[in-house]
Amino acid sequence: MSLKDLNRSLWVFHVNSGSCNGCDIEIVASLTPRYDIERFGMKLVGTPRHADVLLVTGPVTRDMEKKLKRVFEQTPDPKVVMVIGNCGSTGGVFYESYNLAGPVDQVIPVDVYVTGCPPRPEAIIEGVVKAWTKIEKQGEKK
Amino acid sequence: MNPDKVIEKKDRERKPDEPVKKKRKSNSYSLSIGPIHPALKEPIRFDLQIEGEKVVKVDFELSQVHRGIEWIGTRRNPVQILYLAERICGICNICHSTCFCIAVENIANIEVPARAHYLRTIHAELERIHSHILWAGVAAHELGFDSVMHYTWKIREKVLDVMEALTGNRITKGIMMIGGVRRDINEKQVPMVKEALEYYKKGFGKLESIFLKDPVIKSRTVGTGILSRHDGLALCAVGPTARASGIKKDVRQDEPYAAYSDLDVKAITPKDFLGEVKGDVFDRIVVRLLEVKQSIEIIEECLKQMPKGKILHEEKIPKLLAELRNIEGDGIGRLEAPRGEVIHYVKMVGKEAPYSWKVRAPTYNNLLPWGPMLMGEQVADVPIIAASTDPCMSCTNRAVVADGNSEKILDNEAMRRLSVEKTNALKRRLGR
Ligand code: SF4
Repeated sequence: MSLKDLNRSLWVFHVNSGSCNGCDIEIVASLTPRYDIERFGMKLVGTPRHADVLLVTGPVTRDMEKKLKRVFEQTPDPKVVMVIGNCGSTGGVFYESYNLAGPVDQVIPVDVYVTGCPPRPEAIIEGVVKAWTKIEKQGEKK
Repeated sequence: MNPDKVIEKKDRERKPDEPVKKKRKSNSYSLSIGPIHPALKEPIRFDLQIEGEKVVKVDFELSQVHRGIEWIGTRRNPVQILYLAERICGICNICHSTCFCIAVENIANIEVPARAHYLRTIHAELERIHSHILWAGVAAHELGFDSVMHYTWKIREKVLDVMEALTGNRITKGIMMIGGVRRDINEKQVPMVKEALEYYKKGFGKLESIFLKDPVIKSRTVGTGILSRHDGLALCAVGPTARASGIKKDVRQDEPYAAYSDLDVKAITPKDFLGEVKGDVFDRIVVRLLEVKQSIEIIEECLKQMPKGKILHEEKIPKLLAELRNIEGDGIGRLEAPRGEVIHYVKMVGKEAPYSWKVRAPTYNNLLPWGPMLMGEQVADVPIIAASTDPCMSCTNRAVVADGNSEKILDNEAMRRLSVEKTNALKRRLGR
């Protein structure tokens, strides 16, 4: 993939499905000046209807299951779902909890997993680049 | 427009088989915010009754982040629990793991080496700096000052660098161990820590001029979301929220743990800076900013006074675990997290895993004060008022049962009832 293929900036919607906040603050850290993915025009948007990418953190508690599904349905195609963090990818330290409906891929289809507990902002940015490639491919197919 | 009229008009338009809509008695509407909402960084649902722009009733529903951590804890050994405790809340992970350590050390009568006490203090204060600056950014974001948010998060990176150098990770650090800490601060690292502290001393002036002198921020925050001293005491507010209402409450001062007994820590109230206490959002900003300054001083003092010596009670973890397997009894850990007092209760019964583990995070106490704070305020001020207590849902949502369907705020009585029920259930299980 070359930079020419990027014909628009990705907009991101962030869903916290019961995370410990560790990943959430790293997501914000990757948006703020040190890592600054906003310079590529990526930004957090206020509603899933405007988003291309769903960033999901947390292991999906039972309470959040339906809400996560709804957010997924509200996001227009083509879309990419990214899981940030171990607990969303596999359950992580919470794997045996009685209150989990997750991990995330049990609830909605996931395209990119960023592991780490929490992953560094660099890893999150790399994940976004992967998501970008995926969305391009989805676009080509159509 | 009179809302009754609107409904009447709608009634006229309704189809024959549609049920008749109930007329509203008053002019109040209910406004539901969350659990997924851009102004909320964490899931929580607010149910507000509003009259025009004014909030007349407040209700909130928790439990979206409940992961059953305490229950998981009863299936793991104390060293494993340290890592679980860190993930109660990613922002204040040091305080939860330290608090758990203190509780277990109480049961096992483990003596922590003096140097480890100082290291714990340093890590805790670094975390306080990180947490308060992060909060300042969130507050600016809620007020609509995104450039300020970016500025605060930029200067926050410095303390993360220090933490990464000292512990190996930016957020969850895995540095605490029962009976001490896992890594020492060596000679080479000291200048780096000092440099970061200098950086914050310089940056502090700018933060101060942004938050305390800017007329717009002042007019948005002065007089908003007032929590009176009386309400703060009655609802058991803790941490900066309580101190901003003039309650001199700080575990570091009242019941020193770690190295705080050697340091002179005084609870900071807005009186020290402004000369009076209003208990509004502005006061909470003042208290947090002053605490950043206080933390810098504490770390400097620690670096100066730190004795040499061991940092761990027992270096071999299998040996430590064997020791912990035999202990019986219950212990309590208390400490002052960035958001207020954290309490961990642990009961060990001579098995590998604890019999019971209970965590009381500061946000649990600081939820009820939302009632008096939000009442009568404008809807637009809800985000900043809610954020002004620095709520942390992931800390709180472990075992909270909040009645989401009720019309009223979950009051003390209901909480007490739940707590009594839980105690009774525990008693039954223990056969007492
Ligand atoms: S992956 Fe780790 S840091 Fe991230 S939300 Fe889960 S527990 Fe927290």
